[in-house]
Amino acid sequence: MRYPLVSLILFILLGTSVYGQQCRMVLKGRVVDYHDQTPLAGAVLELLERGVYTTTDFDGTFQFEGLCPDVYELQVSHIECRPVTQVIDLQQDTEIKITLEHHIEALEEVTVLGEANPNEVRSGAEVVLDEETLSQYSSGSLGDALKEISGVSSINTGASIVKPVIQGLYGSRVLILKNEVRLQDMEWGEEHAPNVDLNSSDNVRVIKGSGALRYGGDAVGGVIVLENDRTLRRDSLWGNTMLSGLTNGRGGSISSELTRSWQSGLYARAQASFRRLGDTEAPDYVLSNTGNQQIGVTLEVGNSQFESGWSLFYSYYDATLGILRASHIGNIDDLIRSINNGTPEVVDPFTYTIAEPRQEVAHHLGKATYYKRFSGLGKWELQYDFQQNQRFEFDVNRTQSDAGRPSIDLTLTTHSLSTNLSIDRFQGFDLEVGLLGRYQDNFADPATGVRRLIPDYNRYEVGGYATAEWLVDEAWTADAGVRYDYSRTDAKKFYRTSRWEERGYDEDFADIIIEDLGTQLLTNPVLDFSNVSASAGVTWHPNSTWTAGLQVSRAERAPNPSELFSDGLHHSAARIELGDLRIEKETSYKGSLNLVYDRGGFRAEVTPYVQRLSGFILLEPTGTEFTIRGAFPVWSYRQTDASLAGVDVNLGNTWGAGFSSTHQFSLVKGRDLDLDTPLINVPAARTRNELVWEKQAWHDFQFGLESLYVFRQNEFPENIVVFSPEQGQDVELAINTPPPAYHLLNLHAGIGWPKLEKASVRITLHAQNVLNVSYRDYLDRLRYFADSPGRNLILNILFKY
Amino acid sequence: MIRNTFNLISENTTRILILLLALGFTACSNDDDDPEPVNEEEIITTVRVTLQAAGGTVTLQSQDLDGDGPNPPEVTVSGPLQANTTYTGSVQVLNETETPTENITEEVEEEAEEHQFFYGVSGSINQVTYTDQDANGNPIGLSFTLETGAAGAAGLTVTLRHEPKKPNDGTLTDAGGETDVAQSFTLAVQ
Repeated sequence: MRYPLVSLILFILLGTSVYGQQCRMVLKGRVVDYHDQTPLAGAVLELLERGVYTTTDFDGTFQFEGLCPDVYELQVSHIECRPVTQVIDLQQDTEIKITLEHHIEALEEVTVLGEANPNEVRSGAEVVLDEETLSQYSSGSLGDALKEISGVSSINTGASIVKPVIQGLYGSRVLILKNEVRLQDMEWGEEHAPNVDLNSSDNVRVIKGSGALRYGGDAVGGVIVLENDRTLRRDSLWGNTMLSGLTNGRGGSISSELTRSWQSGLYARAQASFRRLGDTEAPDYVLSNTGNQQIGVTLEVGNSQFESGWSLFYSYYDATLGILRASHIGNIDDLIRSINNGTPEVVDPFTYTIAEPRQEVAHHLGKATYYKRFSGLGKWELQYDFQQNQRFEFDVNRTQSDAGRPSIDLTLTTHSLSTNLSIDRFQGFDLEVGLLGRYQDNFADPATGVRRLIPDYNRYEVGGYATAEWLVDEAWTADAGVRYDYSRTDAKKFYRTSRWEERGYDEDFADIIIEDLGTQLLTNPVLDFSNVSASAGVTWHPNSTWTAGLQVSRAERAPNPSELFSDGLHHSAARIELGDLRIEKETSYKGSLNLVYDRGGFRAEVTPYVQRLSGFILLEPTGTEFTIRGAFPVWSYRQTDASLAGVDVNLGNTWGAGFSSTHQFSLVKGRDLDLDTPLINVPAARTRNELVWEKQAWHDFQFGLESLYVFRQNEFPENIVVFSPEQGQDVELAINTPPPAYHLLNLHAGIGWPKLEKASVRITLHAQNVLNVSYRDYLDRLRYFADSPGRNLILNILFKY
Repeated sequence: MIRNTFNLISENTTRILILLLALGFTACSNDDDDPEPVNEEEIITTVRVTLQAAGGTVTLQSQDLDGDGPNPPEVTVSGPLQANTTYTGSVQVLNETETPTENITEEVEEEAEEHQFFYGVSGSINQVTYTDQDANGNPIGLSFTLETGAAGAAGLTVTLRHEPKKPNDGTLTDAGGETDVAQSFTLAVQ
């Protein structure tokens, strides 16, 4: 800004005095691409306010002749490039080099990724949920929003704890990244949901399969990336506020975001949200103690210049999640009774109070990044991030004196330092390399008075990767990548002497005992894992109609702490969970094909895949153990060879007259190859069909009818036989039997005023489970105890300003 | 310019690395302190039923010192019951992993409205009758009488429920709540 002003003054001062001087000077030079230094032909150069133009030749050169000694403002523009202006004080013949930023999309990387068909550039299947879709789930969870995508389902603990399942895999096999930070949030169990507030992200990308090596090599299932749109360099202030009200749960949420940006590239963003819900209700009864409360805050400040930039990001997430009271059971007889009765044992009147059992989680995330672009090389990034995750779990206590004391109290602290270099100097060939170092500390507070389910440990990780994308020609693109990760887990764990012997650890791990306390042993397991992951793929995009991608990948995942160390009674689940120190890493090989046909308002996408896993780690019911409280089902971690095969189908058509429809179908089959039985917890086939009618003239009116049909899972492992002390005999525990198929109808209608003065308003009404159907889902851990929630009316009001 | 930036970056990087190392070291030094063992406080290890009659005392005990560990409870019965006799019964629940032993019976008494023992009988035991009441006049089951019938085999199941429905019809199904104790004893009646 300073230069044009100076030059303007100089113009005025010099403009007259130079008159009559000899005007024979030459200004010549070359215009080249910033990244790969290739000459840019056809760039237009203008000496501003002189009316003198020229263009560059095929080799990027240009020349102005007959210029007077003067100060000139030279503007250079090129198709696909941002114009640059340069001030030249011409006192003699001068030769200059001008670099133009030819990849203008790099400035708004995220915008490009957020566009309709990201599959065009990657061989793996990648789907984006945009801001509009996400805003519908403002009062819901990440897991719910992701179910819009075919091939993504969820494993739930009731309606509020929702873990995404991608093509049949979940938990540690699905990485979640928030603003380029891999979440480390102890979501080891099925009852631990990812600690993210959906309102703090503008879009969510799902990368099915393990192709995204930059984010981690252990994404056997896939990667979920939550991002914010990059702010543009302009002086502006904007924001939005979303208000939601829900009938089921009788509560609502509010979320607000404000962004300020400056021409200089500086920007600041603040966002906050609050949600409060009481007990949700199934069609026939109140689901007692299923209320929840959530608070989210994010703050970000940064400066994004083209050549360099930095940002500081902080986010806080705090949630109190009630867990269905009836799911807290005493022993196996209680479980048998619950499964047989089909109705919850505890149904209290509606309340907003969140009593035991409940979870309280708090997650702090801080991040500092810096990047710099080097002309003729690429972009270099450095990132440090810090995360602290605090988890409390409160159980129904035997006595009131223990009320308010958690039975699980874990603090997980993670520091990561990573760097990435994207090299774009070669035309049509992008290379990325990066390194990562991470330190993690888990602390289990002994003040709970309950034996630690997860022990204290330190974990160290280092990793490095290289990925490349090669635009072979107009139609073909190839990509490949490799990643290496090393991790060391250094734990201090107490084992009951009886458990230690029962597991046979006294023979295999006698050397790790550091102290014998009589009934307990203090041990120091140190476990090292080296993982190599790789992926490769090709995409064929001959014209705008057809796209085909083939991807193959190999991924290795080290076992997580719960798979290794779980040991003891999970009070809230009334089951004994046993990890195994002998568990090795899990290796996956996956191949997937992605076929897209897109023409004239009709779009079809078919993604078949096969995956072979060796050493697949699963948790399954294996028997019973007796205690003074009776018998408990034992769930053990086991490794096996497994295979998954499935297909995701997506169809969409614009019918005209404002009608459009989408149709999705996904199916996955899982086999335990060692036992030759079906795999446990494989999502049932489902189909989702939606018809939408839009009428712009009526204030952007939109009406949609959605049908979701979930088939019964007919392939499941056998139930177990347990001894029931109450009945005095062996009985079959129908713990694996899936519930019947179900069909839900949802409606939504929306109306908006997009062009109010400096603002826009949109009001939408959603009706979920309109027919108030009673149903249970196979992948809901609470299916043994109660039905899923019934009808829910949600009113959303979105203001943008 | 580039060199300056590099210096700046490497300076920052060094700072971050030092910070990380420092954090690493603090964590490592914590590491040397071994974690404290946890002795379960919420646990019932032992349930002891004492049956007294003129002819003598019979004790039934189930003890599981490893709690939810793999070992099943050890069940002992001190001797046979006499036929056609009314015994005065009492029950004790203990946590024997603590020193001194924690008597959980006292907690049950204090929160009598939220607890109830249930006795299931079979064979030569005719019935069990409650002889105590909580503040609301509902049975607790800490003391009771047990009536034997003719000689033969018998079974007694002791169940302690937390937060059962009170009053209830005396069956476990109607009472609901969570099971704190559920043990079965096999006896001989002579």
